[in-house]
Amino acid sequence: MRGTHDIGGLTLGSIDRTEHALALWEKRIHALMLLLSDPAKEVMNVHELRCGIEALGEKEYDRLSYYERWITSIANNLLRKGVFTADELGRKLAEVEEREKQL
Amino acid sequence: MTAAFSPGDRVTVRRAYPPGHVRTPYYIRGKTGVVERVLDAFPNPEERAYGRDGLPCQPLYRVRFPQGAVWPDYSGPDADTVDVELYQHWLEPA
Repeated sequence: MRGTHDIGGLTLGSIDRTEHALALWEKRIHALMLLLSDPAKEVMNVHELRCGIEALGEKEYDRLSYYERWITSIANNLLRKGVFTADELGRKLAEVEEREKQL
Repeated sequence: MTAAFSPGDRVTVRRAYPPGHVRTPYYIRGKTGVVERVLDAFPNPEERAYGRDGLPCQPLYRVRFPQGAVWPDYSGPDADTVDVELYQHWLEPA
């Protein structure tokens, strides 16, 4: 089978080469991944990151931006590894959402 | 694991289509090229992707393919090539 990401040679039109300044949240996700994949105490590695991105499914893969794909894969990997539970993550996300509303 | 191929060897990429995390682009499977260089050996990323150690290390090669052999409708110069980095377990002697 051909993975959603494996598009070499397909006729898909031109590539959008415009650059954009990275937002703080995007830089944070990159930094988080560097910390998680530090060889000294590897929590997850880049191959697991890629694997998780490739497993998003075509619809999600196309819908999400570059770093949104990263954080989705990171979250799924950490859930699977038991770093946190879905319940803990859900509560934390609700807490952050609430905090954002206060601003 | 020692390198089974040397620069100049003709190799064919295995025509395999497994699901899961693979490091060989779809478009190059089944194509024949020439080993341009042996890069090094690394823990197999196709195993590391599932949390295993990926040992023994797999030799990684840079393999050069004629563009005309890769793309059926290629209209560029005959001398054009494309280099693809491929792990040993994807290669067979041509």
